[in-house]
Amino acid sequence: MNDQTTEAPRQYLLRCGPGEDILDLDKHLATGGFEAVRKALDMEPDAVREEVKKASLRGRGGAGFPAGVKWGFVPQDNPNPKYLVINADEGEPGTFKDRYFLEHDPFPMLEGIIIASYAIRANTSYIYVRGEFVKQIALLENAIDQMYASGYLGDKVMGKDYKLDVYVHPGAGAYICGEESALLESIEGKPGRPRNRPPFPAVVGVFGCPTIINNVETIACVPLVIRHGADEFQKMGLPKDGGPKLYCLSGHLKKPGLYEGPTGTNLKTLLYDFAGGTLDDKPIKGVIPGGSSTPVLTADEIDVDMDFDSVAAAGSMLGSGATMVFTEGTCPVAVLVRISEFYAHESCGQCTPCRSGTGWLARIVDAIENGHGRPGDCDLLLDAANQIMGNTICALGDAAAMPVQSFVTKFRDEFEQHITEGRCPYGN
Amino acid sequence: MALAFSPESETRFQSLLGRYPNKQAALIPALVIANREFGYLSREAMDYVAGRLELPPSYVLNTATFYTLLHKQPVGKYHLQVCVNVSCYLRGADHLADHLKRKLGIGFGEVTPDGMFSLEGVQCLASCDTAPVIQVNDDYHENMNLDKVEHLIDSLRQAGGGQ
Repeated sequence: MNDQTTEAPRQYLLRCGPGEDILDLDKHLATGGFEAVRKALDMEPDAVREEVKKASLRGRGGAGFPAGVKWGFVPQDNPNPKYLVINADEGEPGTFKDRYFLEHDPFPMLEGIIIASYAIRANTSYIYVRGEFVKQIALLENAIDQMYASGYLGDKVMGKDYKLDVYVHPGAGAYICGEESALLESIEGKPGRPRNRPPFPAVVGVFGCPTIINNVETIACVPLVIRHGADEFQKMGLPKDGGPKLYCLSGHLKKPGLYEGPTGTNLKTLLYDFAGGTLDDKPIKGVIPGGSSTPVLTADEIDVDMDFDSVAAAGSMLGSGATMVFTEGTCPVAVLVRISEFYAHESCGQCTPCRSGTGWLARIVDAIENGHGRPGDCDLLLDAANQIMGNTICALGDAAAMPVQSFVTKFRDEFEQHITEGRCPYGN
Repeated sequence: MALAFSPESETRFQSLLGRYPNKQAALIPALVIANREFGYLSREAMDYVAGRLELPPSYVLNTATFYTLLHKQPVGKYHLQVCVNVSCYLRGADHLADHLKRKLGIGFGEVTPDGMFSLEGVQCLASCDTAPVIQVNDDYHENMNLDKVEHLIDSLRQAGGGQ
């Protein structure tokens, strides 16, 4: 992590600065650790869920679905075991926030896991961590071991009549496993191919049992809700989108890094105040606000508050809060090449529009960048993207189509220039 | 000689079995252990895991071939993974990749003849604020530049016993 991380206002989620960590259970306890768990375990499970619902905590993985509402979809009359699965697959390009918790501060997330598992009456939780995070997995397992040794996990969590086991499940290199139903397939030992829904995972999830899947940042917010109460938590952000939010800022910025602010922090504030503006103070050309699948914003579109509803109103998506910035002098076609090649590589191959379509998009964009574009290619790209949109089992197809639609529409002159001149005008 | 887990890997393998309601769910973590133990997943290695988990070999092959970190061919002693996604690209990852290809005389997906290095272009490694990044085996090397790449390769060569 960059040293700049500290310069953000760090109040709730970003407790550790550069070189700091809270990997030791006693150190965490000294900060008031596990008070939230103690409080939750003294409440009825349904009351815990109601509190999280009231807090307007929306899923930080990208979909923005209210966490408490999601928990309520678990049918409690279902006799099967219930599971909580944490998505730490962190693969959306531009996103690097799960890594912070795994490397520096795993206990808030583990507290959240106990609280959420209790609320949905699960006795087993799996944390699915991307396979590249070998060292992070070791750190997380160490934290879990400490909790077992001190009675925070196991047969009687904190002495209460509640049993919870938590296991780390490693991924093995597949972006699609960040998609929740593909993740469940992967836990079951299969290729990560997304499932058709319904049934939704809350009813038929892992091993055919009711399963709730939450993102790391979402689950790390849960102890804050219980500790401070739903009202206070909500006031840390917006009424319909409560709490603090992590922003992953990267690209052509002076101080790229992980920053915390309230939900709805203005994008310009993030880029110019938090991240110190652009490299060499060059004008911004484009901002991808929420991970590589989200539509690009041009320089005149970045006065936007970074919450789910406001970014949607601006024609893009908050996604995972992964903001990538490029300045004037950057070839937008070259940026799109990276994005389109990524989705072509990561398509699971299950649905034809995505399997074939992502390859088409990547090949056409690549041809344009390399001077082999043909007249009509821009319309061909838009047509192909439109035929993928909405026609696939999971959102990867849409994720591949949206950047193509937005880049080609917003930087069309430059795409056409590549085609007309038969070369990249930026000399790439 | 038939393949078998080392005692250390065996312990980790055994600890997997109690975590899931069936053996099949232990497949990917078990393949991760095998990949590390044997360097890559030969058919023999996959068959070994299949036997240990009482799964058909074809089932194991079907799962293993879906995941990029499960190597189906040998990689170098030092497996260099250069992120080529957006944030690293914006910070000059292509220059690093080109430099490495020239310096090592191999392309993406290839191994040096002495087996010391293999090179791969990979997707986002969740290190975008410290771009560009190169992962060498388990280690992230962040905020890379050409000088650091030079130094990295030289120090790996020394550590690996090459010239």
